[in-house]
Amino acid sequence: MSVPLLEIRDLSVQFGGVRAVSRISFDVQPGEVFTLIGPNGAGKTTVFNLISRIYRPTSGTIRFAGRDVLDLQPHCIAALGIARTFQNIELFEQATVLQNLLIGQHTHRCTTLLDEILFLPAARAAERAFRERVERVVDLLDLQHYRDSHVAGLPYGVRKVVELGRALAVGPKLLLLDEPSSGLNVEETDDMAFWIQDIQRDLGVTVLMVEHDMSLVSRVSDRVLAMNQGEVLAQGTPDEVRAHPAVIEAYLGTPGVHA
Amino acid sequence: MRYIFKTDYDQDIRLFKHGGQKFWYGVLGIVLAAAPWLFSEYQLAQLSLIAIYGIVGLGLMVLTGFTGLVSIGHAAFLGVGAYAEAILAARGWPFPVSFAVAVALSAITGVVVGLPALRVRGIYLAIATLAFGFILEEIITRWESLTGGNSGLAVAQPAAFGWKLETAPQFYYLCTLLAIVATLAVLNLLRTPTGRAFVAIRDSEISAQSMGISLAAYKTLSFAISAGLTGLAGALYAHKLRFLSPDQFTVLQSVELLMMVFVGGIGSIHGAFLGAAFLIALPQAISALAPHLPASLGSATGLQPTVFGLILIGFILFEPMGMFGWWFKARTYLQLFPFYRRGMFRRQKSFQKSDRLR
Amino acid sequence: MQVLQLTISGLSQGCIYGLIALGFVLIYKATETVNFAQGELMMLGAFAGLAATTWLGLPYWAGVVLSVLALAAFGLVVERLVLRPILGQPAFAIVMVTIGVGYVARGLVTMVPGVGTETYTYPAPFKDEVFKAGGLVIGAEHLVVIGTTVVLCAIMFAAFRYTRIGVAMQAASQNQLAAYYMGIPVRRLNGLIWGISAAVAAVAGVLLAPITFVHANMGFIGLKAFPAAVVGGFGSLPGAIVGGLLIGVVESLSGFYLPEGFKDIAAYVVVLAMLIGKPNGLFGETMRKKV
Repeated sequence: MSVPLLEIRDLSVQFGGVRAVSRISFDVQPGEVFTLIGPNGAGKTTVFNLISRIYRPTSGTIRFAGRDVLDLQPHCIAALGIARTFQNIELFEQATVLQNLLIGQHTHRCTTLLDEILFLPAARAAERAFRERVERVVDLLDLQHYRDSHVAGLPYGVRKVVELGRALAVGPKLLLLDEPSSGLNVEETDDMAFWIQDIQRDLGVTVLMVEHDMSLVSRVSDRVLAMNQGEVLAQGTPDEVRAHPAVIEAYLGTPGVHA
Repeated sequence: MRYIFKTDYDQDIRLFKHGGQKFWYGVLGIVLAAAPWLFSEYQLAQLSLIAIYGIVGLGLMVLTGFTGLVSIGHAAFLGVGAYAEAILAARGWPFPVSFAVAVALSAITGVVVGLPALRVRGIYLAIATLAFGFILEEIITRWESLTGGNSGLAVAQPAAFGWKLETAPQFYYLCTLLAIVATLAVLNLLRTPTGRAFVAIRDSEISAQSMGISLAAYKTLSFAISAGLTGLAGALYAHKLRFLSPDQFTVLQSVELLMMVFVGGIGSIHGAFLGAAFLIALPQAISALAPHLPASLGSATGLQPTVFGLILIGFILFEPMGMFGWWFKARTYLQLFPFYRRGMFRRQKSFQKSDRLR
Repeated sequence: MQVLQLTISGLSQGCIYGLIALGFVLIYKATETVNFAQGELMMLGAFAGLAATTWLGLPYWAGVVLSVLALAAFGLVVERLVLRPILGQPAFAIVMVTIGVGYVARGLVTMVPGVGTETYTYPAPFKDEVFKAGGLVIGAEHLVVIGTTVVLCAIMFAAFRYTRIGVAMQAASQNQLAAYYMGIPVRRLNGLIWGISAAVAAVAGVLLAPITFVHANMGFIGLKAFPAAVVGGFGSLPGAIVGGLLIGVVESLSGFYLPEGFKDIAAYVVVLAMLIGKPNGLFGETMRKKV
C-alpha cells in the first residue's frame, strides 16, 4: 500500500449546534477515483470545503502528500496541487472561456510584477507556455468552439465542462469534483464519464468526487464512501457499498418499497 | 468583413491583433506627435488635460473596472500626487525624481486606503474609501506648514538638471508620453497573470482563491497600482494648474471621476480616455450652447451638473457600456459588414443577484 | 453639564443623520440599491415645504404634509422613469444612476431663476422656544427632531418585520427572480419603497430646515449619513438611527474638545473604526455565500 495522497482523520466541523461533519476518516490512494455519496445535507460538499480551507474544522487532520494542510490559507491549496470544481458553478462570468482557463494556470506564475508591466521576453514566453498547456485542456474537453465566448452567455452543460477545464488547467495532483454530472443529460454524463477515466489514466490525476448518479459512480469509481448526516456509513468498492444495508436504508432505497 | 485566421498563439498575446489596428493607431500616433503644429495652444492645453485625466481614468479603471473595488475617494490620491510634486519641485528636485516620489507616495497611500478592502466588500468598502477621501482632504487643509492649507500652494514649472519645460508643446509631449506609457503598462498587466487575477477577484472571490490567488495580496496591489497611476496624474496636474488648493481634491471631484469613467465605458481602456475627453469637453459644449438658451437658463450655475447628471442617466439607461460601447458597436459593424445584426448586443432580461451573497 | 448639553445637541444632529440614513436603509432593505440621491431628496423636501409655507402662505403643518406628499410622488416618478428600466443591471450601475439623479436635482434647483442660488430661513412655529431643565437649555426644534425620528423608526421597523409587504420587500432584495416566481409584484413594491423613502427624506428636510437654512447644497449632509448607515449596519433600520446618534454625539463632543478640523471628519473616523472592529456594523448581518 503506497503512501495515501490524501489522509483525512477524525475530521469534524460544527456550525453552531449543527454537526455538519462528524469524525470522518478515509484515505485516497494516488491514481484512484474515490467517490463520496450520500443524501443531500450529508456533509459531502462540506468535506470539500474543509479540504479547500474555506471552512475551518473543529477537530481532526487533513494531510496531503504527508503534509498537514490545516495551517494553510485558502489560496495556498492550489499551489500544493489540489484543484476543485464547485457544485453551483463559480466561473468568472465576465471573462472568456480561454481567460477562465488561463486563470487556472495562476499557480504556475514565474514572472515578477515588473516583468509583466514591461512585458519582457520572460513574460511573453510564460504567456506562450500557459496558452500551450491550456490548449491541451481545450483539446481534451472539446472546447475549441467556445474559446473566445464570454462565459455569461453559455449553456449550462458547456459551463460545467469549462468548470472542469479550469480545474484541470491548474495542473493538479488531486482533483475535487463536486457533482460533475448534476444538470447534465445522458449524453453529457457519458462524456463526463469518459473524461474522468481519461483524467485518471492519461493524466495520472487522482480524483475525489461527490456524485449522486449511481451509474456514473459504479462506472468510474475505484472506491466509494457513503455518508449520512455527517458520519461515515460504509466504505469499499462500489458494489460493496451499494449492497450495504445501512446505505440502502439511508440513501439508495429498494425497488418497489415506499416508506 | 474581416476574418482573422489564427495560426500562432502570439496573435492572441500581441497587443495589435491585425494590420488594421496597427494602421489606425499609427495614424493616431502621428496626429498626436504632430499636434503642436496642427492645433492652437489652447487646444494643446486641452489635450494635455485629457491625457492627465486619462491617466486618472486608467487608475480608476484598474481598481473599479477590473478588480471590482469601487472607490469614491480617488481625488485624494490625485491630491497626494499633486502636493508631493508641488512641494518637491519647490525644493528644486528634478522632475523625473519628484514624479517617481509622487507615484510612490500615492501608492503607499493607496495601500493604506486599501486595508479595509481586506475585511469588507461592496458598499462598505465604498464608504471606507469615501471616509479616507474626506480625511485626506482635511489633512491637506490642516497641515498648513507643508501644504499652505486653504491659502494654497504655487507650483513651479517642471525642471530637471537645468532644463525647464516652459512651453505648452513641451508640457503636452510630457503628458502624452506618460499617458502612452501608462496605457501600455495597464494593457500589459491585463494580458498577464496579475491582470487576470484582478478580473478573477472581481467576478468570484471564492474561486479566485481556489485558483491560488491571494485576495489580500492582489487587492492591495490593485489599490497600489491604481493610486500610483492617479498620483502620477496628480503630479502632472499640479504643473498644469500652477496653483493648488484643497478644494480641488474634494469628494465631489471623486464622484465626478467615477462618473467620468462610467460615461467613458467601465471595463475598457478606451473608456478612460473617452471619459476624460467627455469631462473636458462638457463645460465647453455647455458654454457653446448657452447663447442659444434663454438668458436665465444659459448662464445658470446649475446647468452643468444638470447636464452631466442627465447624460450619465442617459448612458446607463440606453448604453451601459458607455462611449466605448458606441465605438465597439461601430467597429463590430464595420468588421462584420454586411453581417451585422441589430440584435447582436441586445441585453437579455436579467434579474438582480444579491450582492451580499457574492 | 457641558458634556450633557453637547450630547443633547449631538443627539439631535445625529437624528437628522439617522433619518437620512433610515431612508438609505429602507431602499437597501427592499432593493439592495444604495441611493446616493437621498441627501438631494431631503433638500427637495425642504424646498417643497418652504414653497408651501412662504410662497403659498400655508400653515406649517400643511407645509409638512404637502412636502411629504410631493416627495413621495417624486420618489415614485423617479423609480418608474429611471430605475425600473435598469432593473437587473449590476449594483454599481444603479448606484451611478442615483448619483446622476442627485446631480440633476441639485442642478435643476440651482437653475430656478432668482431662487436657486439663495439661502432661506424656514418658518417653524416652535423655532424659538426653548426648554430649560436643570441648567440645560434645549431648543424645541431639537426635541421635535428626536421625537419624530424615534416614532418613524419604530413604524418602519414594525412594518418591515410584521407586515406581508415588508417581508415581501426583503425577499425581493435577496433573490429577485425567486420573488417574481412567488408572485411578488417586485416593480410595484420598488415604487412603493422609493415613495416611502422619499417621504422620509422630506420629513428630514423639513426638520432640518429650521436648524440649518434651506439652500441647494443642503444635500451634502447626506454624505455624513452614509457613515451613519454603515456604523449601524446597512440593512438594519434601528441601526441607522443608532449609527446616526453615535456619529452626531461624537461630532458634537469632538467639536468642543478636539482641535479644529476634527469635527468635520469625526463621522469618517468613527466609520473606519467600526469597519476595523466590527466590519458589518453594530446590527449588520454577516451573510456568506455557500458554495
